[in-house]
Amino acid sequence: MSGIILPGADGMLFQRDRDWHPPADTPGYKSSTFRAPRHSLLALGPTRSEMTGPTFGHEKLGELDNDLIRNFSQDGNEAIGQRMIVYGQVLDENARPVPDTLVEYWQANAGGRYRHKKEGYLAALDPNFGGFGRSITDENGFYHFRTVKPGAYPWPNGGNDWRPAHIHFSVFGHAFAQRLITQMYFEGDPMIWQCPIVATIPDKAAIDQLIARLDRHNTTPMDALAYRFDIVLRGRRSTMFENKLEGN
Amino acid sequence: MKLHPVPVLKESPSQTAGPYVHIGMTPNFCGITGVIDADPGISMLTADAEGERIIITGRVIDGAGAPVNDAVLELWQADSKGSFVAPMAPNSKSVPAFTGWGRQPTQPDGTYRFETIKPGRVDGPDGKPMAPHVSLWIVARGINIGLQTRLYFADEAEANAADFVLNKIMDPRRRETLIARREEGPVPRYVLDIHLQGERETVFFDI
Repeated sequence: MSGIILPGADGMLFQRDRDWHPPADTPGYKSSTFRAPRHSLLALGPTRSEMTGPTFGHEKLGELDNDLIRNFSQDGNEAIGQRMIVYGQVLDENARPVPDTLVEYWQANAGGRYRHKKEGYLAALDPNFGGFGRSITDENGFYHFRTVKPGAYPWPNGGNDWRPAHIHFSVFGHAFAQRLITQMYFEGDPMIWQCPIVATIPDKAAIDQLIARLDRHNTTPMDALAYRFDIVLRGRRSTMFENKLEGN
Repeated sequence: MKLHPVPVLKESPSQTAGPYVHIGMTPNFCGITGVIDADPGISMLTADAEGERIIITGRVIDGAGAPVNDAVLELWQADSKGSFVAPMAPNSKSVPAFTGWGRQPTQPDGTYRFETIKPGRVDGPDGKPMAPHVSLWIVARGINIGLQTRLYFADEAEANAADFVLNKIMDPRRRETLIARREEGPVPRYVLDIHLQGERETVFFDI
C-alpha cells in the first residue's frame, strides 16, 4: 500500500513512440475511418492520475481462469483443437519484469468462431470452449495459460479479408498510462502479412514483436505445444526508485 | 548529474480490441457465464465507501454521428479524499471499500454508465491541486490504440478554471468537451458525451 511515485522528472514514463504504434486513422482497416480523432492528441505528460493504476492483489483468481481447455466445459469434456501452452514474460522498456499485474486474453475457437452474440460466422461453436482467461504475473513477470489454437476467420472489411490466427491480450502494468491492448500472432503464419489490422502497424519490426515463437523446450510431450509471447509495457525513466507503483 | 537510462526494449505495439472485446473484458455481459463470478470493474465500491455517490454517464459517438455500441470504457480516479490508495472495507478481509477503477461496456445506443463517488482533488505537476476529475480509457473496434481522456464536473467551475490540464487546452471551447453537466436526482448524475471525431470532438491525451 506504499510506494506511489510522485510525478516529476524522475518518475516519468518514457514517452510513447506513436510512430511505432499504429496511427488512429488507417484506411485499410475501414472501421477506423469514423473512429479516429481528427485533432492531434494533447501532449500531457503523465500526472499522478496516470502514474497510478489499479492493482488486483485482492482478486482471487479461479483455479481454471488460465485454462481455456476446461474453464467453460459444459459436459466435463475438453475443448476441441490443437492443444497449446501460451506463456511469456511481461517486461518494461528497461527489460525489468512486471510482477503482480493482470493479463487477460480472449480468442476464437479452433474453427475461428467467437462465442459472442454479434458473431455470425458459419463455423460451429464448441460447446466446451468459452474463449476467455486471465492470469496475474508472478514475481518474475511470467504468465501462462492452456488453450487450443484459434482458427483464422473471415471478416467484412475488404471483399475477402481473413484474420490470421490470433489471441487478444489486455495488460495493466502498474500505471494507468501503461494500459495496453494488443494481439498475439503465430510464428510462420503467412496470413499475418495480408491482414489490414496487422498492417495498421507501420514498422515490420514492431509487427515481429507480436509474433509468438514455437518453444519446443516447454512443450508437454504427447499433450500440448508451447508458444512464447513476451509483452513489453512502457518503462519509467528513473532507476532511482525501486518502489512499485500502486493504486489500491 | 544523474543519467537516465536509455530504453532497451520497444513497447509492444497496440492493436484494436476488436468487436468481440467483451469476451475477454466483460465475459458475463456477453453471455460467457460460469467462468468468473462477476465482470472485473463492474462494481467499484462497497457500502463502506466514503464520499458522495454519483453516476457518471453519457454516450460514445463516432464521426458519422452513430453510437459506438461495442466499446469498453475504463475509469480510474482518486477517492473522496484525493487518494489513490484505497483502504480495505472494514467488514471484509480482501475487498477495498472503493477500488477507484471501473470497467463498463457501452449499450446498443452507445451509453456508458459508472456508479462511483465524486473524487477529491489530487496535486498536479505544478504542485497545485488539479480540479476533481476521472481518467477514462476507451477501446473498441476501429480504435487502434486506446484513447485517453478525462471527465471534469460542471459544478466545479472555479477549480476547473485553474486546472493544470484544462489550461493546457489552447482553445477554451474544446475544454468544454471534458466537462460533464450535473443532473439532480436521488443519485446525482454527471453526463458527458464522448465524440471520437467531428465538430464536437473530445480532447484526447498523449500521456
